[in-house]
This record gives sequence, structure tokens and C-alpha cells, in this order.
Amino acid sequence: MTGHDVYLLAPEIALAGLAGLVVLLDLITRRKGLVGGVALLGLAAPLVFSLVLWGEVNQDGALPGVFGTLVVDKFALFFKLVVLAVVAVVILGSADYVSRFQRYQGEFYALVLFSATGMTLLAATTELITIYISLELTSLPLAALAAFLRDERSTEAGLKFLLLSALSSALLLYGMVLVYGYAGSTQLGDIARAVAQGGMPFGSPAVLAGGVLMAAGFGFKIAMFPFQMWVPDVYEGAPTPVTAYLSVASKAAGFAVLLRVFYVALAEVSLDWSALFAVLSVLSMTVGNLVAMGQSNVKRLLAYSTIAHAGYILVGLAAIAARTPDGSSGLGPSGVLFYLGAYAATNLAAFFAIIALTSKTGSDEIEGLAGMGKRAPVVSAVLAFALVSLIGIPPTAGFMGKLYLFNAAVHADMVWLAIVGVLNSVASAYYYLRVVRVLYVSSNDSQERVSTSVQVRLALALSGLGVLFLGLFPGPLLLVTEAAVKVLLPAA
Amino acid sequence: MISELQAWAILLLPLASFSLIALVIRPFLGSRSRLSGYVTILSIGVAFLFSLIALRSTLGHEDAIGWDFHPWLSINGVEVRIGILMDPLTAVMLVVVTGVSLLVQIYSQGYMRDDEGYTRYFAYMSLFTASMVGIVIARSIVQIYVFWELVGLSSYLLIGFWYHRPAAAAAAKKAFLVTRIGDVGFLLAILYLFLQRDTPAFQGRNPLEIPDILQAAGGAMTAFAATATALGIFAGAMGKSGQFPLHTWLPDAMEGPTPVSSLIHAATMVAAGVFLVARFFPLFEVSATAMTTVALVGGFTAIFAATMGLVMYDIKRVLAYSTISQLGYMMLAIGVGAPAVAIFHLFTHAFFKCLLFLGAGSVSHATGTFDLRFMGGLRKDMPWTYVTFLIAALSLAGVFPLAGFWSKDEVLLSAWRGEVTVHTLVFWMAFIAVFLTAFYVFRAVFMAFHGDFRGGAQAEHPREADSNGAGGVHPVHLAESPMVMLGTMLALAVLALGAGYVANPLGDLAGIPAHWLTSFLGQHEDLTFNLGIAGASTAVALAGIGLAALMYGARRPSPEAVGRVFGPVRTLLLNRYYLDALYEDVLVRRVFYRGVARLLDWFDREIIDRFVDGFGWLSRNTGKAIAPLQSGQVQVYGIVISLGLLAVLGAYLIFGR
Repeated sequence: MTGHDVYLLAPEIALAGLAGLVVLLDLITRRKGLVGGVALLGLAAPLVFSLVLWGEVNQDGALPGVFGTLVVDKFALFFKLVVLAVVAVVILGSADYVSRFQRYQGEFYALVLFSATGMTLLAATTELITIYISLELTSLPLAALAAFLRDERSTEAGLKFLLLSALSSALLLYGMVLVYGYAGSTQLGDIARAVAQGGMPFGSPAVLAGGVLMAAGFGFKIAMFPFQMWVPDVYEGAPTPVTAYLSVASKAAGFAVLLRVFYVALAEVSLDWSALFAVLSVLSMTVGNLVAMGQSNVKRLLAYSTIAHAGYILVGLAAIAARTPDGSSGLGPSGVLFYLGAYAATNLAAFFAIIALTSKTGSDEIEGLAGMGKRAPVVSAVLAFALVSLIGIPPTAGFMGKLYLFNAAVHADMVWLAIVGVLNSVASAYYYLRVVRVLYVSSNDSQERVSTSVQVRLALALSGLGVLFLGLFPGPLLLVTEAAVKVLLPAA
Repeated sequence: MISELQAWAILLLPLASFSLIALVIRPFLGSRSRLSGYVTILSIGVAFLFSLIALRSTLGHEDAIGWDFHPWLSINGVEVRIGILMDPLTAVMLVVVTGVSLLVQIYSQGYMRDDEGYTRYFAYMSLFTASMVGIVIARSIVQIYVFWELVGLSSYLLIGFWYHRPAAAAAAKKAFLVTRIGDVGFLLAILYLFLQRDTPAFQGRNPLEIPDILQAAGGAMTAFAATATALGIFAGAMGKSGQFPLHTWLPDAMEGPTPVSSLIHAATMVAAGVFLVARFFPLFEVSATAMTTVALVGGFTAIFAATMGLVMYDIKRVLAYSTISQLGYMMLAIGVGAPAVAIFHLFTHAFFKCLLFLGAGSVSHATGTFDLRFMGGLRKDMPWTYVTFLIAALSLAGVFPLAGFWSKDEVLLSAWRGEVTVHTLVFWMAFIAVFLTAFYVFRAVFMAFHGDFRGGAQAEHPREADSNGAGGVHPVHLAESPMVMLGTMLALAVLALGAGYVANPLGDLAGIPAHWLTSFLGQHEDLTFNLGIAGASTAVALAGIGLAALMYGARRPSPEAVGRVFGPVRTLLLNRYYLDALYEDVLVRRVFYRGVARLLDWFDREIIDRFVDGFGWLSRNTGKAIAPLQSGQVQVYGIVISLGLLAVLGAYLIFGR
């Protein structure tokens, strides 16, 4: 480790340090509100480091380091910033929820921050072992968080997440071993060279099996069919802020590493991966949407919605061949990044609105939301707006995201995939709008107003405005994503 | 020199006023807060000042002020950008729009004083003004379209302002739908332009930006492309400007509050169509077909609408047909190649037509009715209203030396100049319409202000007045309207008197060069004053006034006798050539409801619904079939993951090679 390496790792070090600080602070102070405040404000440190690094990368290009195990480039920094933004909103929005636990508040924030450290690393790694370790660093705190309520359902959720996460890690490791055996290196760059020299369509069955196994391991993270079984149970049982966090940050990190591995290391066989992702994309969205239709619990509904959205985002991976008009950047991966940003804003808005609405009723059933349009007009409006964005209707971020992804599919000569995506979006309107109908049309005996705290309102405002902003002015974020994914393309 | 920020402010101020009223004043200060009126007047007043600066800055500039475009959307190389096109046409329109709007807002302070929806009214008015400004300053055709539709929306809101009255709701719907027919043409023109982006004409040009379109029209655009685009744009203009056959919404739009009518007729909505055609004039110019169409539609509308104005009893309907007819004049002027003259006529028309409507509003403020049959003798009780109305009427009739005379004269002159048969034809149409115009407007003057008072609202609804005193009916109190209304009318009367000559004099006039307005707007060949035409048209106008005086003043011959002689013609006119009946009964009820709608209904029920039901059934049951797998057993999940993985691997091994 040289000083330069520390510099490159500064955001992660700051995040982990912040987590430690929060735990210590929790020990010595009785004012628990302070803990959350420090956790939130402390995010400024990793944010500043990331921005400084962005400035440097902007001038000098990618900065490899730490024995070649990771690289700081725009792609990694994009995900760092997304994760940091998500963590900030999650901490802000959890304020009410967390105050329910008399103890362990510091631990709650610390676990979120540790997991975030893993996610930021995951986007930057270029070496298989580091990928594995980062993934574990991401997952283990999440399992603890899922079990945080310590009641029956929450414990079950945590245990399921831990077990299945272990299974998927095993698959991932197995895949890595096979790839290493073929390529003789764990560096993604070396693997790419070895695959390129292979000659055969898949190099060797080892690369095929290794790739598929790794896809399965990552597929678990992003809730891709058929590795999505854990999602509904864990989402339902886990504390809702954790569910929100899981549904956006964990998914974003999973896609980051998936893009990196499959575009950089296994790029030479890209066309074949394209077919795999196309098929899994269609299955994910179809299964997610079909099962979501029958749900009566709003958290389970959003769990299946997450699976469906994993399907939409996979369209971008399938559209590996699509390029921007000037050919300098990939439409598919750029669409993936954009959609992840849009989806993060949308899902956070939806989840935190649900937290605010259900905190009074104490039930996650959709019917419990009846009449909320009158009892909490602003929060209900944000929820309705977020659901509209999930369907993909303008002027929302969700619409723009789908537009770019499906556009990428068309450019990659996969019109059928775009059509399936659009049909799925239409079908999904059925269950999202059902929630909106309950909010506004169904009536409820209670007329009591539902109040929300300032922090939650702020979290809702940030994410809601994000959805609107990206829906109206997608340009700035697109410029960033197009710049970020340039590192994924072969230097042509 | 106007800065770009100031130019944007002209649009943003009324928009800000709208937002402020809608989001702050109405929710927090209640629906009758006076503040909303002041905010509106202040913002439009400042916008008017900036418009004057804009006019001052464009003087002496041949070309548009070249501000940059601002990128809005860019998808795969197709750029949609927004910007301001500040040229003389824009500047003149801005002054007319914000100026007339300002006066109308001030007048509304009095007119709407006791209305329940006071704040709502001013919010809509601000939006209406902002939308119109948005059209005028737009530099991209997409930008125009956005505000074009906003004008449609706000006119819908304002015409249906008293939405609890079925007639108002129906009129609002009618205005929205009929103009929408034209808008389809406009939209098609935009899409057609978009498709032209790879043609040589748009090499290096953006097909959505007005300067580029006009350049392309002057050069490489094919005749067909120019004609198609021009006709599409004209379709949109026909809808908004109430040109035959899409004029039917305008008389019904009277159901809105009277100041709204005056704004719609003078400065905002109907002017949008004329402006649009003038804006794209270079495109029309290269297509003889388009020019002929515009001239013929305009000329026909001028005479056609005037005939219907002859027999209407509702004073606002008389004025509405008059507007349609005058818009016909403007279109005609564009069609014979004189867009500057058209805008000149739009300019003068804005003042006297606005004044006529405000006068009608003042009259109904006193009598409670709009029906001419129940007015009469009002000049004694409302002398100021009478004088201002008379000035506006003379101006509309085109009597020397009022504002309307000068612009109407130039319209006639531009048509006369042309050597094409079409031009001669439309000249005679417009010339006959001069007579009709003078007759119908003075018919209204004599019926409303001369003779004896015929009872107002209480005579119109005797039964309601009997049963509950005057309770259900607007009380009749024959007195002048409040100062805030009269003051506005006086200001407009001055403009209706002098604006024509002062703005566009024959010879140099105290610092104002001859014909500066039209040459400023791009009319370079001089329209030399033709004494013959001016004299003839004035004589014809005076004849019309004289006939109206004979029939409705002296009652020799009495209107009833004349009506009997022209019985069938009168019935035809009273029924508006049965066009409304044709549209509503035949097209809407018979063809659409019974034919198209029934067919679609059958298709929807029997084919679509069956299919959707089937799809829903399939989805539900697929969901049900998958659901048991979600047993909650973590072992099952592990097995599914493993089996899924094997399936993927197997698929690769079988199909992958």
C-alpha cells in the first residue's frame, strides 16, 4: 500500500471510518438523534473525496492502484456517487423508523455504512478475489440489517438472506475458480486477453460454465430470474428502510460488477452473453409482473416489481452491441446506469412514502392505504408519482429510463426485446395503478391526518424531485453515464 | 437594447403570476382575494413595458436578434432546442398581446368584482396571456406547438369558467374539440418537417427551428414539401382563428365572461392563427396552392361570417361573427402576399374589437342581458359607454379617419393590386363584406342605444322575475359602469380613433416615417393610397350605416317587413347556414355516434375485451401457478436456484454451439 493507494481508497476509508465513529458515538451519547445526524453529515467526507477523484480522473483518465486490484475511473465513481446519494436519503428517511429501536441505533447506521463501503468497492474492483470480498462486505451487513427487528419475520428474512447469499457466493466462487483455471489470472484484463486468444466460440467449456456461474452469483444480487426467490420474503420481513436500501443500492452495485466483469473480462464472447441476458431479462420482467398482480401486501408487491425492473435493466446488458450515434459510447450500459439512477430515486420515493403512510396503520397491506389521498395528500401524491414512474409514464424518470433502454435494444437489432419490455410495462400498470386507486378512490373510516417528520419529508422531497428532474431534464445525467461507460468499451 | 433575460421575463412574468395565484394566493388567501388581480396586473404591466423595450430594440433591425438556442432534449442526434426569435413581427405582437391583456385585466377588476371565482379567473388569465406570449416569442416550431396547445387549454378553462352552466361547459368543449381538428393538421406539419431532416433541403439545418425552416423554404425545399407543410400549418391556424369551416366554436365561446371574449377576440387566441401564418409566410409564399387557399378561405370567411352577423340578436354573437369576418380579412391579406398588412389590421382590430366587447360587457352589466331585443335607449343612461361603443363601431365599419379605415383600406388595396383572378375575386368578397359589416354593427348600435328601453333581463325572463321578484335574474339598474371599466374603455377608444393613422401614416408625421409599421414588418413595396378604393369603401360603409339607421332607427322600412321579404334567407342565416346542425346532428350524432362509435364499441367489447379478459385470466392463473413455489422454504429456493443454473448451462450446451 502506497500513499497513492490510500488516496484512491479515500472514499471507502472515509465511509468505514464514519461507520466506526457512529458506533463509538452511540456508546457515549444519549441523544440518539445526534447519531443519525453525524452519520448523515459525515457522508460529506466520502462525497468530497469522490468528487476530488472525479476531477482528477476527468483530467488524467483512469487511475489503477492497490496492486492492480482496483481502478478509479468514471464508471466506479458514478456508482460511488449513486450509492452515497442513496445512503444519504436512506439515513434521512430512516430517522422516524429507527427511533423505534431504543438501542442499537448506532449499529443500524453503521451496518448501512459498512455495506455501502462494500458497494463502492465493488464498482471499482478489477480482480476476482477483490470482487468476492467486496461482495461479502456488502452482503453480511445487509443480512444483519434484514434481521434487525428481531421478530419472527425479520429474523427469518435475515436468515434466508444469509443462507441464500452464501449459496450464491458459493456459485460465484466456483465460477471464478473455473475462469481462473482457464485464464491463469484473476485480473479482469488478463482474463480478457486469454479469452481473446482462445479462438473457440466460448474459449472452452470452462469459460462458459464459469461465466454462467458468475452470472448466477451476481444475478442473486440484482434479483434476476431464476435467482430471485429470496426477494419477496426478505423484502417483506426486513425493516422497510432496509428494504428500500436493498432494492436500490444493492441492485446498483450488483449491476456495476456485472457490467464490469461481462464487458471487460468476458467481452470477446459478448454476443453469446447477449442472448443469455435477453432471455433472463424477458423471464425476469414477465415473472415479476405476473406474480406482482396477485399481491395484497405492498412490500411484496414492490419486491416483485423489483424483479421486473431487474428484467428491464437487463435489456441494457443484452443490447451490448448498441452504440451512441458518434460511436464513442455504449447505449446499452449507459442506459443501465441511467436507469439505475432513475430507479433509485423512484424506488426510494415509493418506499419512504409507504413508510410514512404505514407508520400509523402498522400494516403493510394495500387495503390499509385506503383514503390516504385525503389523510396525507402530499405523501400520497409522491407515492402516486413514484408508481407512475415505475410504470414508465412521462414526465418521470422511469419513462426516460425505459425510453433509453428500449432504444438501445432497437439499436442492437433486438426489436422483439423492446416490444416485450413495452408490453410488460403496460401490464405492470395494472397493479401499480391499483395502489393509486386505493389511495384516492377507496374510502376509510378514519379521517385522521397522517403526519410525517421533517427528515422524512426532506427524503421524500429529494427523491420525488429527483424523479421529476430526471423525467424533464435527462440530459445532464446522460452525459455523465455516457462518459462513465466509455471504460467498458474496447479501445477502438 | 433588450437583453435576453428581459425577453424571457415577458413570458415568465405572467407565468409566475399564474403559479403564484394558483399555488399561494388561492390556497392560502381564499378564492376571492383581491391580491390575485393586482399580481396579474402588475406582472402583465411589467411584461408590457418589456414588450415596448423589445419593440424599441427591433426598430431598425432587419433581422431577428440572434440569441442562442438552449438545448432541451437530444435523443440520438435529433435536437430539440428552445429560444427566442425576436424580430419586428414578434415585437409588434408582444405589444398588442400584453397591452390589450393589461387593459382587459384592469377592466376585469370591475367586471369580476363579485364573482366567486375571482382568483381562479386571474390565474387562468395569466396563463392565457403567458401562453400567447409563448407562441409569439418561440423560435422552434415545437415550442410554438407547446404554447399553442396551452392557449387551447386556457381558452377551454376560461370559456367554461362558469362551468356550472351547461351551455358554458358545452361551449368550452366545442372550442377545444373544433380547434383540435385544426391542430391535427399543425401537428402533422411538424411531424412532416421532422421526417424531412435528412433531405437536402435541411442539410446542416434543424427541421424544427423556424429560421432554418424559412431558409429551407427559400431554397432547396421541394414544392410538394412546402405546400404540404404550409397547408398543415394553415389548418392549425384555421382552427384557432375561426376560419370557415372551423369557425363554429367562436360564437359559442361567448359563454365565458365578457372580458375573456374580448381578450380571445382581440389579442390572444384568434390572433394566434394569423400570427402563425404570418410567421411562416416565406413557406407559404413559395407555394401558389397554399397562397390561393389562404386567400380564398380568408375572403370567403370574411363575407360568409358577415352575413350571419346581420341577423343575430345576441350582441356578443354579432361581435363574434364580426371577428370571424375580420380574421377573414387578415387571412386574405396574407393570401394576397401582404402579411404586414394583415398584422396591421390585427393591430387596429385588437383595439376596436376589444372595445366593442368591453362595451357589450358594460351594457350587460347594466341591463343583465346580451339580447339586443331587450335593450334600447341606453345612450341616455350610459353616455360614455355609448360614445366609446360608437367610436369602435365606426372604426370597425371602416369610416375615415378612424383606425379601422386605414388597415381595412390597405387590405383592400393589396387585394386590388394583384393581377390574378383569385385576387380580384377575394377583393370583391371583401368589398361586399365592408357593406355588411357597417350594417350589422350599426344595427347593434341602434338596437342597443337608440329608441326606448325594452326591459333588460326582467323582460327577457318574465316568468322568473314574476315568481321570485327579481331574485333569479340579474337586476336591471341603468347606470354607467364603474370607473375602472370606463377608464379602460376610454383608453381603448383613443386607440380605436387614432392608432391606425398614427401607427402607419401616409406621409411623414412628426417623426414617424410614412408606412413605417408595414415596412417595419417587412412590406417593402409601397401601397400607394388609392383614392378611388378609399372613397368607394367609405361610401359603401356609409351606405351600410345609413341602411341600418333607416331600418333600426327610423324603422322605415321596419326590420320585420324586410325580414318577411327575405324570409327563407333570414331563416338560413339565423340557423347559421345549418352548419352547426350539420356538424352536430349529422357528423357527430349520426356518423360518429351511431356509425363509428358503435362499430368501435362492438370491436372493443367483442374482440379487445375478450382478448384482454383472456390475457388477464392467463396472467392470474400463471401467477397462481407460480405462487406455490414461493413456499417460504429456503431449501426450495436453493433448489430452484440450482435448477435454474443447470437450465441455463444446459441451454448453452444444447443451443450454444
